Amino acid sequence: MTEHVVAGPDFPLLTAMVVLPALGALLVAVVPRNRLQSARLVGVIMSAAVGALSVWTMVAFDRHDDGMQFVSRHSWISDLGISWHLGIDGISLFLVVLTGLLFPLALLGVKPKHDEKSYTAWLLLLEAGCMGVFLSLDLFLFFVAFEIVLVPMYFLIGGWGYGDRVYAALKFFLFTMLGSAFMLVSILALVWLHRSAGGDLTFDLTTIAESQTVATDTARWLFAGFAVAFAVKVPIFPLHTWLPDAHTQAPTAGSVILAGVMLKLGTYGFLRFGMYLFPEAATWFAPTLVTLGVIGVLYGAVVAAMQKNIKRLVAYSSVAHLGFIVLGTFAFTPEAMSGGVLQMVNHGISTGALFFLLGMIYERRHTYEIAELNGLQKPAPIFAAVFTVVMMSSIGLPGLNGFVGEYLILIGSFATRQWWAVVAAAGVIVAAVYLLWAYQRVFHGTPDEANASTPEMSWREGLVMAPLLAAIVFLGVYPKPVLERIEPAVDRLIAHVEAHSDFHLPEPAATGGAAVPDSEGHE
Amino acid sequence: MDLVSFVWVVPALPLLGVLVLLLGGRRVGEPWAGVVATLMMFGAFGAALATYVGLMGEDERHREVVFHLFTWVPVGSLHVDAALLADPLSVTMILFVTGVGALIHLYSIGYMHGDPGFHRFFLYLNLFAFSMLVLVLGDNLLLTFLGWEGVGACSYWLISFWFTEEANAVAGKKAFVTNRIGDWGFMVAMFFTFGALGTLSYSGADGILSNAGGLATTTATAIAVLLFVGAIGKSAQLPLYVWLPDAMAGPTPVSALIHAATMVTSGVYLMTRVNPIIAQASDWVPDLIAWTGAATALFAATIAISQRDIKKVLAYSTVSQLGYMFLAVGSGAYIAAIFHMVTHAFFKALLFLGAGSVIHGMHHEQDMRYMGALRKVMPITFGTFIVGWLAIAGVPPFAGFWSKDEILLYAWNNSPALWAVGIVTALLTAFYMSRQVFMVFYGEARWGAERRLDTARDEDAQVAEDTVTETSRVDAAQLADEHHGRQPHESPWTMLVPLVVLAGAAVVGGGMQLPFTDGTKLLEHWLHPVVEAGEAHLDVTTGIKVALAALATVAALAGIVLGALVYVRGRIKPVEPEILLRAWRVDEAIAAAVDGPGRAAATFAADVVDAKGIDGAVNGVGVLVREAGTRLRAVQTGYVRSYALAIAAGAVLLLGWFIVRSGL
Repeated sequence: MTEHVVAGPDFPLLTAMVVLPALGALLVAVVPRNRLQSARLVGVIMSAAVGALSVWTMVAFDRHDDGMQFVSRHSWISDLGISWHLGIDGISLFLVVLTGLLFPLALLGVKPKHDEKSYTAWLLLLEAGCMGVFLSLDLFLFFVAFEIVLVPMYFLIGGWGYGDRVYAALKFFLFTMLGSAFMLVSILALVWLHRSAGGDLTFDLTTIAESQTVATDTARWLFAGFAVAFAVKVPIFPLHTWLPDAHTQAPTAGSVILAGVMLKLGTYGFLRFGMYLFPEAATWFAPTLVTLGVIGVLYGAVVAAMQKNIKRLVAYSSVAHLGFIVLGTFAFTPEAMSGGVLQMVNHGISTGALFFLLGMIYERRHTYEIAELNGLQKPAPIFAAVFTVVMMSSIGLPGLNGFVGEYLILIGSFATRQWWAVVAAAGVIVAAVYLLWAYQRVFHGTPDEANASTPEMSWREGLVMAPLLAAIVFLGVYPKPVLERIEPAVDRLIAHVEAHSDFHLPEPAATGGAAVPDSEGHE
Repeated sequence: MDLVSFVWVVPALPLLGVLVLLLGGRRVGEPWAGVVATLMMFGAFGAALATYVGLMGEDERHREVVFHLFTWVPVGSLHVDAALLADPLSVTMILFVTGVGALIHLYSIGYMHGDPGFHRFFLYLNLFAFSMLVLVLGDNLLLTFLGWEGVGACSYWLISFWFTEEANAVAGKKAFVTNRIGDWGFMVAMFFTFGALGTLSYSGADGILSNAGGLATTTATAIAVLLFVGAIGKSAQLPLYVWLPDAMAGPTPVSALIHAATMVTSGVYLMTRVNPIIAQASDWVPDLIAWTGAATALFAATIAISQRDIKKVLAYSTVSQLGYMFLAVGSGAYIAAIFHMVTHAFFKALLFLGAGSVIHGMHHEQDMRYMGALRKVMPITFGTFIVGWLAIAGVPPFAGFWSKDEILLYAWNNSPALWAVGIVTALLTAFYMSRQVFMVFYGEARWGAERRLDTARDEDAQVAEDTVTETSRVDAAQLADEHHGRQPHESPWTMLVPLVVLAGAAVVGGGMQLPFTDGTKLLEHWLHPVVEAGEAHLDVTTGIKVALAALATVAALAGIVLGALVYVRGRIKPVEPEILLRAWRVDEAIAAAVDGPGRAAATFAADVVDAKGIDGAVNGVGVLVREAGTRLRAVQTGYVRSYALAIAAGAVLLLGWFIVRSGL
């Protein structure tokens, strides 16, 4: 067993991306209270440095390699077989980049109402946790990171949120905690079973997943444990009700990160851990999960349409969007699964951008109630234009990023889950209803006195939105560089599932003159 | 060959216009925003002409040139290129889209004069042109879909262009959402196509068109019907037509370009493009298409008879004429469908722009009851409108006669019942268009100060007032009023030149496909390779052809005479039942259903199922645990701690159970 493997450049890129923000959080914590400006500065510099590292990783990433890259592995608690094992592949790459870029934007774009020091420290710790989840290849390390994420978000919602923030924070914490408890049980049981089947005592993801020692029905139970934790995080219907409350009450940066990054911890967990560790169980649960995903697509959209609070509306739209991702994930085709991974990134960009914009509206109007907003396009046309582009991305307009992911999910899942795909496709109709209706009520019409002098978008706000808008257009027009980095890892995962379950990828239809003659015998 | 490669310039120029207007921002104000956008369109028309000339130089069998730009979506076995296809069908489309589009851009410089959103208007207009060109030039279903949704988005922005008026915003949203219902069909059709053929590309030996013959009948039927669902939405056919009349809320040039000449014909284009798939589908699919078209044509024509808004008449007329095109498609008359699409683009754009000129001259009056006798005040608008009227009515030798006659011929060939619906519609068309011409340009001048008093007295006026008008253009209108007073006036040259050019096209447009000899059927020879698979075989004697043409002419003239008797001579009392004015109350019924049961169901899902049911259960569990917690451990302070403890204890128990269960 190799004790220390470092691929790629000698600089420990991945470790740095986890450690730097944590270090930053510590630094901020020791900054004296009378030097608040420097707390902010440290936060921005640290997160920007992580962002730069994530971009570097993306540039240096070898798109022909379907395995883990930049692997960093150090023995940590050797008695228990726990190691500091990090790696990145096509599935995690763009989620890491998304995390790396959203955090500096959130720190730059939103100024907290009070206690900037603790706020910055919590955000940085949150970033460390998110990076840890996306990068860790050790079950223990992963669990620690998965749980660490809860704490800063709990305090961010509770400390800097709106009206009902304590209830929302508590609900968020308990929901996720409850899910995690099941996962912890599964992890411990899995490690124990792996060892009792003759393996080493180890928490190493790759080792356990590749050996596949657990009996089929036990594996299903263990998968269920993971699935509950991830399903809460996604969230999958009907475990979603913490999300609207958390989103509505969270401060803007909290909402951006919650929607942009944290919801993906669940869908990512399904791919990296659930499916990889328990391929057979994943196919066994797939019908249930895709059904819940499709219910989420329609249910989330319908409920979103009826919301009176615009932040709640966007929160429910996330339930719908994540439903698509669940469908794509458990369709087990390269198109659907790659589309699902891409859509995780897309949703992070679009919904992250939407929450930024809603925060800007709140700063101007001090309300999220749709009924109190009207005619904003008149006093703030540029703001309205930016909102329109982001909204169209969320609606899935072709040419913008959201469409590519959603389309791949649907066309890919059609091969294995025909009717689910047909029903889910109807979700794009309802998506147009709730967002356009909201836009109409908030931006169209003649502004009343309270809304008539709403300030236009400022330069600072424009700078925060600019990279997000650029990504929205770029990924819609030219997703190829992203897709060709995602796909090898996805293909490898599907091959893993095929090797350890009854699932077999349907043969792609023949193209060209070799079209298969149909069974019905046409003339 | 070399000239064909200019095809990429055609969509590139409007896109360049979009970028210039986007980056230039409001600094590119009036008139430069309009000039830039218009020049781009004339440039695109030039490039389209070059492409046409280049393609003509090719041998008939090689008129299919693919221009590959870049790989768009490559995953798994799905490989979609951003590639343009120049073939007779797409080149026909880009010629009239850029040609009519350029004229309407020019017209808009005059029409939108003084509007605070002048710059924004031309940005949208160029973006629309770009999307429309991608729609017709795309070499695969997905690129067509990109254009398809793109024109839908532009349509949304342009209908709600004067967004401060609530009704315009509602109309824009309604158009987008209704279109999306159709787009669902388009999307699912793509899934079936990809599932069966492994590609979405049209052209080449690997393409879906060459391989459509290998599709199972059920698959081909599913694809054809689902694409038709998309076409119904975009081309405003029964039952998804409801958005188009409301779309008249947009500025009139938009109605002319998007909601008459180009975008709404996309469905017809799509059906023609995939004609080999329709040919492979069950026999009932063409029947479905033909009867949907015929029913829509008749239905919309009856509504047009009673409309009072000058644009509403034309809107329902457009729905009706699109019905003719689908009647043609379903009868296997793809060439006739494209022929009518082009002539309709000429005369309907002409009529809409003429109506816009009237509205402009009448200071934004749209109710025909307050017009009249405008022929003396607006001679050029009047003259060109007359040409459009005769063309749409089907009077020989105007363009509309030839294309409508060809459709009716194929309808007869398909089924005399379809022909009967078509000829009745033709009569109605001639009648309602005559009504419009007589109400607007003849009779007494009913415009002037008394209009406001009239409105207050007129009980029925409420219905007309409910309909969307361009009333929100207060700024521009008031400005104009101060300059000109209330007197109607003729429009500026930027608006008149397009009218004259389009009038010319509406006169001679039939020349592209005359039924006399094989040599005069230019369009048929040109399009033949594209529609070979689906084109119906005509089994009608020359005698019957002549008789049908004569009957069509009689129907047109009868409609005109009837119109004159009612609206000029007053010999017959006008019959304009309220049920027709209210468009058979279909829209009201749908609105009632959506606002009533629809909203109630959604509210139930949000306020009862989600808030009380699912979340109520969650909170219930929370309360239970808290109660239990406080009883068990009175000393506990924070909820979080007690919950966390409970969870941890549960976890330990579960783990123990697992270990015991797997037999130590």
